Amino acid sequence: MLSIKNLQASVDDKQILKGLNLEVKAGEVHAIMGPNGSGKSTLASVLAGRDAYEVTGGEVTLEGKDLLELSPEDRAREGLFLAFQYPIEIPGVSNINFLKTAVNEIRAYKGLAPMEAKEFLKQVKEKQKLVEFDAKLANRSLNEGFSGGEKKRNEIFQLAMLEPKLSILDETDSGLDIDALRIVANGVNHLRSKDNAFVVITHYQRLLEYIVPDFVHVLYKGRIVKSGTKELALELEEKGYDWLKESVDAEEGAAI
Amino acid sequence: MITQVSSSLYHQLTTVFDDGLAIKGDLEPLASLRRNAFARFQETGFPTLKDEDWKYTNLQPLLSKNYLLRDNLPGKSVSIEKAFIKGLNPYKLVLVNGHFRTDLSDVVDEQGVSIYSIEDIHQHKLSLRHFAQYADKTDNPLVALNTALHEGGLVIEIEKNITLRRSIQIIHVASSSETIFNQTRNLYLLGNNTKAEILESFITDDIGLSLNNTVSEVVLEENAHLQHYYLQTANSQSSYLNHTEIHQKKHSLYNNYNCTFPGSAFIRNNINVRLDDSAVESHLYGITLTAEDQLVDNHTIVDHRKPHCESYEWYKNITQNTSTAVFNGKIFVREDAQKTNAFQQNNNMLIGEKSTIFSKPQLEIFADDVKCSHGCTMGQFDDDALFYLRARGISEEKARVLLVHAFAFDVTEKFSSEPIREYVDHLIEEGLIIEQ
Repeated sequence: MLSIKNLQASVDDKQILKGLNLEVKAGEVHAIMGPNGSGKSTLASVLAGRDAYEVTGGEVTLEGKDLLELSPEDRAREGLFLAFQYPIEIPGVSNINFLKTAVNEIRAYKGLAPMEAKEFLKQVKEKQKLVEFDAKLANRSLNEGFSGGEKKRNEIFQLAMLEPKLSILDETDSGLDIDALRIVANGVNHLRSKDNAFVVITHYQRLLEYIVPDFVHVLYKGRIVKSGTKELALELEEKGYDWLKESVDAEEGAAI
Repeated sequence: MITQVSSSLYHQLTTVFDDGLAIKGDLEPLASLRRNAFARFQETGFPTLKDEDWKYTNLQPLLSKNYLLRDNLPGKSVSIEKAFIKGLNPYKLVLVNGHFRTDLSDVVDEQGVSIYSIEDIHQHKLSLRHFAQYADKTDNPLVALNTALHEGGLVIEIEKNITLRRSIQIIHVASSSETIFNQTRNLYLLGNNTKAEILESFITDDIGLSLNNTVSEVVLEENAHLQHYYLQTANSQSSYLNHTEIHQKKHSLYNNYNCTFPGSAFIRNNINVRLDDSAVESHLYGITLTAEDQLVDNHTIVDHRKPHCESYEWYKNITQNTSTAVFNGKIFVREDAQKTNAFQQNNNMLIGEKSTIFSKPQLEIFADDVKCSHGCTMGQFDDDALFYLRARGISEEKARVLLVHAFAFDVTEKFSSEPIREYVDHLIEEGLIIEQ
């Protein structure tokens, strides 16, 4: 579904991603872990198409389509979803209005008529329940005055409504207490299917106890330096990143 | 002090006045009012950039043109459809270059309401008593000029205890094939315990340039409630100088919604509210969206003269391209005006990299037991917000519209009329230029 080959990207002329490779198939959940500054959030931003990031090499395809050529909105319409680490507050834009606009813009892209109001409300109700998202929040301004947990739940609620093929969760667990974490994870688990895929970016193994990944990758210095199954996450939790860093740094030293 | 004025319009006007054309046939006290007003105008001449209140708003280029001073073509056909508002069924009153065109207007079929052309004011004692009693107390030379040489305009009198069933929409059409100078004069009188909604739409028809110097006086007697909308949608051939003076009595409520959209090249609005009795409430809301080389200058005065009054003002400016917006909000709280609540907020969004906004909140407080606050912000498009919306599949164009609507929302949500809110939201959407 998602294929990343030798991806290189920089911010302000500083190279962050230095040849990253990743293959994600439908039905899979991949976790990306790694120490601070390894490029995890850069990867999420580059995939979603944020302006400040410049792709200097490599290719990314989503179901065969060249993702890097598309505008952020077209990536979303093609089925990419980024759950933001820091969802933006937009006073004056109502949550529901925003969602309706998003749903219908995506439908228009696919050549579908706007969703009937009744059907839309039905979906809203259903998906709100899934992420235990307070109906009162749906009518408020987008994320305005929401708590950290409410914002993250809103991200998953949007994910549920937009039904993307590939979802990237960028540190969705940060700032969540254990109850909120469980709710968010439950939502994601409900939405998992054989037709979609998830890339879960996280610092901690904790989230992976709830959203069990098929693969775990370690990102360091802009590359994936180790891949494995969920046991790798446990190993990292126990040993930290230092042993991995040392071996990578040693390899680099040897190469020079 | 006599200021040297070398504008061609000034000379034209002096000639017209000296020929006695303006006061010909006018009865007293109107003839004296005109004469005195012209003397006042001549003392100062047109305002220049040296006047603090006109610092950013240069009239000179407008004054050097040669104008046709009257263009009253009684049968001229004009199109007014662009002023129509979906979902609203008001009484439409049409003024073409200031002249009340009964042939194009609806009959206001309500008890206790009289509507007539300002030319007929000498037949109406009540109106005559109020005419030129408020705006002329200010030092705006354009008011004096209007009082001296106005031609055309509307008087609306609403007798006490009347609530209008439908709103009144005044459609001001500037229409000429020549370069024309219009001076319209309006007077709206709302008696005790009245309720009304008056919308004023400004549109253009035909190809000539126009400069419109309009003065409106609004009197709200005890417990009168007025919702007053200005909807400015005229084209770039037109320029406007509007002065509105509102005089309020006890328990009255005045709400002004001042909306300006891309089009008209030059707009100066003076809106002055005099809270001249206790327990008065006034709200001034403004939404200005500018484009191209447009200049829109809103000068407001909220004058608290008596105790226990409340005023609330919120103006938002959005500037595109190389346009300029000016906001000047004066609040006076006089010595007698204890227990005043006065709030003012001005938020600005500069979209055009070469656009300009001047904002000047000005509070003068002489009472000691009052609550007053003011604030002013300047900002641009929030790139993070834009990206967030686009990352959900919303096009950049629509995302910008959403964000501008959101910016305007604090003001538009205050509108008393749903159809007008939708109309204004739509005009905002239409007025947004995607490529800056």
